[in-house]
Amino acid sequence: MPRPFHLEGAEQLSVTPSESVRRGAERELEMLESLLALGGLVLLRDSVEWEGRSLLKALIKKSAACGEQVHILGCEVSEEEFREGFDSHVNSRLVYHDLFRDPLNWSKTGEALPEGPLGALRAMCRRTNPGPVTIALDSLSWLLLHLPCTTLCQTLHALSHQDSCPGNSTPVEPVHVLGLLHEELHGPGPVGALSSLAQAEVTLSGAMGQASAHILYRRPRQRPTHQTQWFSILPDFSLDLRRGPPLELQRHPDPHTPPVDPTTQLTFNLHLSKEEKEAKDSLTLPFQFSSEKQQALLRPGPSQATSRIFYEPDAYDDLDQEDPDDDLDV
Amino acid sequence: LTKGKLTLLCDAKTDGSFLVHHFLSFYLKANCKVCFVALIQSFSHYNIVGQKLGVSLTTARERGQLVFLEGLKSSVDVFFRSQEEPHPLQFLREANTGNLQPLFEFVREALKPGDNAEAAWRCPVLLVDDLSVLLSLGVGAVAVLDFIHYCRATVCCELKGNIVTLVHDSGDAEDEENDVLLNGLSHQSHLILRAEGLATGFCRDVHGQLRILWRRPSQLTAQRDRSLTYQYKIQDKSVSFFAKGMSPAVL
Repeated sequence: MPRPFHLEGAEQLSVTPSESVRRGAERELEMLESLLALGGLVLLRDSVEWEGRSLLKALIKKSAACGEQVHILGCEVSEEEFREGFDSHVNSRLVYHDLFRDPLNWSKTGEALPEGPLGALRAMCRRTNPGPVTIALDSLSWLLLHLPCTTLCQTLHALSHQDSCPGNSTPVEPVHVLGLLHEELHGPGPVGALSSLAQAEVTLSGAMGQASAHILYRRPRQRPTHQTQWFSILPDFSLDLRRGPPLELQRHPDPHTPPVDPTTQLTFNLHLSKEEKEAKDSLTLPFQFSSEKQQALLRPGPSQATSRIFYEPDAYDDLDQEDPDDDLDV
Repeated sequence: LTKGKLTLLCDAKTDGSFLVHHFLSFYLKANCKVCFVALIQSFSHYNIVGQKLGVSLTTARERGQLVFLEGLKSSVDVFFRSQEEPHPLQFLREANTGNLQPLFEFVREALKPGDNAEAAWRCPVLLVDDLSVLLSLGVGAVAVLDFIHYCRATVCCELKGNIVTLVHDSGDAEDEENDVLLNGLSHQSHLILRAEGLATGFCRDVHGQLRILWRRPSQLTAQRDRSLTYQYKIQDKSVSFFAKGMSPAVL
């Protein structure tokens, strides 16, 4: 059952005057909404250089704004750090399951989640309220390093297909599962397995300081479709879509490094005086084909007659006037 | 002095230990409580270099400012102790790859805020030189990542201190465990300082290149501030940095 999404943004579109802003707002609705519309697993693949947690937080903010409750299984950052940047409305809809402080129960104080990471993940499969729910896994890489790949894939499958539980008369809203995966940490096998479970896969990269997302949609009973979107994430975790990478390389002088003039400390002179510049400009290059040279070549002038060849034969030279190639039978 | 940050030092095709000496002397001079897990060199080595940089490790240790775990010396102690007494380097004794929980307990004990009011140090700092050697000693990459995870939860988040650790980049040599360790740590770090040898080989006047990458900024700053590259030359008591191609020897 398709989830009805709120088009508050679309009502504002008629107010904004400029065409590109309107198209940008439409595309923003498209990108985040289309990622969230499918249900199932959305896999965010990031790297050291292009991190994906900000996009994850942007998606969470979108879900929360649409009225969903968001459960986060937090393994990599503390709760304060994760909640940073969200406003109070979003924060009130977030439930943070803390696997950061003591995931492996080393402190033995009983504060840790009782059954460890797998238990915490399985607990999310048992849903209590039928409303729309988004589950964010930060990160799948941590889970993949600590749990066997097969167990994780089976649990993820059960997590994203909760609407098909038997004995339930009322149809349940689909679950959105957002998983953050650090690509470099795993081999192609586990990454491929997780990718085959995903309804949408977002690979983050970028160029020249501008981030881009390559999105692969796997809609059921349709061909997989690709889309590449350049974007940047604002401090309040809303998305700012761009058309493409910055065309000109804007090298603003960096405030940390003052511009250095390399010619100040040389042992040789790089500058020309006025006379030297004039002499340089008036010099004709030897192989430059100017009109004077052309005339000189066309007209056999008196200078031609003075060019002669003087040949002094050596003592042992054989001055044979015959053609040495005469005896060739060619 | 920023707090609650994990700084990752890594070196590729060169020796990045000058960064470790720098951070050690920097934090000692800044009056921080430092726990130094030194697995590579002896105490006297760090002391000699520290004296050139203006700090005395002996004095710091006596004052209680520095807690020094000398891996080379105490690893031998592991075998002469009875097994009931936990030792930070307990993993050396275990046949299968254990975890580094005893080492974490040692760090936590060393940096926990003390009862005496007279020693008011600034933020606690954990310094590790280096983590790659743990892989060579039989610890798995995931166990090392878990150790740093717990250190981050305690030192950075709870105690608002800093962590600086060195990892070697194996580069072309196919070392999967080291790559997992390096990439996993890079994702956890706020700041990555990468010392690289020059692509063209060894040079007398330019010892290498330093790449600085800021990750996980608390306020999302402009992208162009995220990474910088400098070249450097190590001298007897300092390191001089200059922009690429601007070494005084070349101009």
